[in-house]
Amino acid sequence: MTKKYEVSNKYGNYTDYKREFTEVGRSIPRPDGPAKVSGATVYTDDMTVPKMVYGRILRSPHAHALIKNIDYSKALALPGVLGVITGADCPIVYGIVPHNSNEHALAQEKVRSWGEGVAAVAAIDDETAEKALELISVEYELLPVLTDPREAVLRDDVRIHEDRPFNIAHEGKQRYGEPEKAFAEAAYVLEKDFYSSYVNHGFIEPQSAIADFDPNKGTLRLWATCQVPHYTHQQLAKVLDMPLNKIRITVPSIGGGFGGKGVASQADFCAALLSRKIGKPVKITYERSDIFATNNGRHPCYMKFKMAFDKDGLITGVDFDNLMEGGAYAGWGIVVLFYTASMVHIPYKVKNVLFRGRRVFTNKPVCGAHRGLGGVQPRFAMEQMLDEAAEHFGLNPFEIRMRNAAESGHTCASAMYVPHTEYKKCLEVAVKNSDFLAKQGKLPFGKGIGMSGGYYISGTSYTLYLSYKPHTVATIKVDEENGVTLFCGSTDIGQGSNMVMAQMAAETLGVKSENVHIYSMDTSVSTFDLGTFASRVTFATGKAIKQAAEKINQELFPVAAAMMECRGDEVAVKDYRFYSIYEPKKKNVSWDEVVTRYIESNGPLTATGQFTPPRRKGLQQGGNIGHSPTFGFSCQIAEVDVDVETGRIQVTKITEAGDCGQPINPMSVEGQVHGSIQMGLGQALYEEMKIGPDGKFLNPSLHDYKMPTTLDMPDVHATIVEAYDPSAPYGGKESGEGPIQPTIPAIFNAVYDAIGIRFTEMPLTPEKVLSALKAKKAAEMKA
Amino acid sequence: MKTQLIELNINDQIYEIPITPVDLLVDVLRKKVGFTGTKKGCGQGDCGACTVLIDGKTALACITLAIACQGKKITTIEGVANKDGSLHPIQQSFVEHGAVQCGFCSPGMILSSKALLDSNPSPSELEVKRALSGNMCRCTGYILILEAVHAAAEKMAQAGVK
Repeated sequence: MTKKYEVSNKYGNYTDYKREFTEVGRSIPRPDGPAKVSGATVYTDDMTVPKMVYGRILRSPHAHALIKNIDYSKALALPGVLGVITGADCPIVYGIVPHNSNEHALAQEKVRSWGEGVAAVAAIDDETAEKALELISVEYELLPVLTDPREAVLRDDVRIHEDRPFNIAHEGKQRYGEPEKAFAEAAYVLEKDFYSSYVNHGFIEPQSAIADFDPNKGTLRLWATCQVPHYTHQQLAKVLDMPLNKIRITVPSIGGGFGGKGVASQADFCAALLSRKIGKPVKITYERSDIFATNNGRHPCYMKFKMAFDKDGLITGVDFDNLMEGGAYAGWGIVVLFYTASMVHIPYKVKNVLFRGRRVFTNKPVCGAHRGLGGVQPRFAMEQMLDEAAEHFGLNPFEIRMRNAAESGHTCASAMYVPHTEYKKCLEVAVKNSDFLAKQGKLPFGKGIGMSGGYYISGTSYTLYLSYKPHTVATIKVDEENGVTLFCGSTDIGQGSNMVMAQMAAETLGVKSENVHIYSMDTSVSTFDLGTFASRVTFATGKAIKQAAEKINQELFPVAAAMMECRGDEVAVKDYRFYSIYEPKKKNVSWDEVVTRYIESNGPLTATGQFTPPRRKGLQQGGNIGHSPTFGFSCQIAEVDVDVETGRIQVTKITEAGDCGQPINPMSVEGQVHGSIQMGLGQALYEEMKIGPDGKFLNPSLHDYKMPTTLDMPDVHATIVEAYDPSAPYGGKESGEGPIQPTIPAIFNAVYDAIGIRFTEMPLTPEKVLSALKAKKAAEMKA
Repeated sequence: MKTQLIELNINDQIYEIPITPVDLLVDVLRKKVGFTGTKKGCGQGDCGACTVLIDGKTALACITLAIACQGKKITTIEGVANKDGSLHPIQQSFVEHGAVQCGFCSPGMILSSKALLDSNPSPSELEVKRALSGNMCRCTGYILILEAVHAAAEKMAQAGVK
């Protein structure tokens, strides 16, 4: 397969860039597919280990209360109950961000949100464990409850955490360029407030953990639903006060993560602590209500946005004040806060930026990392404001985006560098495929079309460990017994990263992807990797794999050259044959023969590659998203039908065009795009976790928390635009979190086009639509 | 509650299982018989991950009492493939069309699809959407799943598969 890429680049030297791939770019069906469709795949809760018993966590019915006393004597006396733990058994703090961890496996003297764990039991079966929970009596002293961050920042009399005045977990300020001057000199200034909602990941597989502590060896094994096993490894070692090398975490198949399984779950800690206490393996599997109680979903944001434009509609300044609700604990908060700050710098050229952000504690289940974290919220605001500005300038939404779009080689005011982008191509393709220009502003009342752009980081990392070791390591072993074996640390949470890793290794090694054996989800076997989050895997692990595979080739090429009687530098490898690039038909030798010859004379062949994103010096001002080595881009155009009688919105079609560089597996990219659109659609129209004024969770079930079904999905037309990022491994960039960025604002812009009303809060429920239509009608009557 | 021994026909085999009258089918299948392909995503009949077929019709195993299934024919995902373990055309189509990501909803999706195609071999787009509307998936956006079901219907019609 020969592909010709035209890659727009500041240096103009990539036109006619030619690339021949044999494994990369193939839509290989997933190798784990047959087992998954047969019910043979083993997820954590499908496992049993000998002597295993069952654990359950008792959760607080109150959102903010002191724990005066816990009496579990009756529970312990129940036949079949083996052990109980409370906060007293887990005094050591943990958290995903080492600088400001403040979480515990079970509550310490105080609960800060509904559903916080206060005790855990182990029993011979689930039923007994559940009965035991009812026999634990907890005496609470209720405290005032804060469920609104706007109130929480005013109430220093109610501190959710004693050491945090006014409930502010973190505050960040950034100033790039001369924003005050930009606003003073602007031809047009637009100011608006937005609210982005409180949603959960909604993965279908609940968290589960099986811990097996061996009291004789002092070792712990954990099988669990970890998206980031090396992080859970660190935190378990801390909370259990054990050395890392006495703990082994194995991740069975995972049923979706979307960021929610990135943090260690309380099931991991409680199962481990119970197992150590009773000397038996303990399994804890969450109920759906446990998932909502421990949440870690998207941060709701109260955003005050100001944008300045010059007379041509070019953005000259952005002023962004973000009051970000974090729930009861620190979690990923500081990372998300600075991500929201960074997200205003691309995909448009913005020279002057002022940012003030506060991440605030409230008595609600903690917020965390959720697909497209930190990007979805400001994108929702900015893309709607761009449409409004376009209207002011008499431009169409496409024109204003094209004028402002960043190009390859762009350096942001914050020093972020964009090595490659086809963002303009995404805009053009989506506009063409949807016939946007012929429809926008011209459809009958109730029907509308709207567009939005978006981007996301690719290959970055947040340094979750206070350590300078490489962020990603991959090791490849080549032998006669197993062929190619790849050890890497990325976690396949269902997105198919194992297959993508295999395709990249196979590409350089000249073998078939299907024959690459991967060991990726076991802390004792896999190599170190910061983990699967922030769309870093394809780029970061890909770089490490490429380096390792090239090292293998450096060893094998001279052997092949000697066997073929040619020079080492003219050897290439493809489809299990080494060949001379000058005389491929005459001089070639099979891969197996070369490997055998190498091993006979040298012994085993292994090589290791590594990757750490390069640091961009200077202007980070607290955020380190700028270390992202590259970015993925996309445009989406939504078409909607608004039923003006019922207020119900049906999204009828979404046309997407995305730049993920060279797709490693196009079918997988398509799946990521579709899934992103579905999740965005849910947040735009239906999904919201509802918390009562007393902090009680009103809808902790999939019955009352409404996720899109087949009947809610629009027609989706997704296109991968021709792209090749020369800075990326095999030219490929992220596609897992970029595509959710434009979905929500595209739908909101389409609703504006349909009924002429600009909504600034998610979700866009029929109630909101109807009351806005009513108000509009009343205003028109008055006029 | 008192345990009793009942017989259940699961995937054309008779199993003798000790249960209590309140035991749910999903737990009996997963824990007592070992058919862990039936998934539990919500435990409240909302997500469809536990879908099985009872006498050919879809049922949610997490809200079905095992004791009520005596004398009926239960099909789980483990009973869908051909006798030699090779994939049923619906399963094959899911794999080939990229309809599987994390795979947690796949067993339920496939059983809902099978119930549909067994009774309606060439369904319309809306009929497929309706038949799968009780099965939640959070990875795929359903698009490739719907494609896979239509492709399977066509293939089965051509091959005359039942």
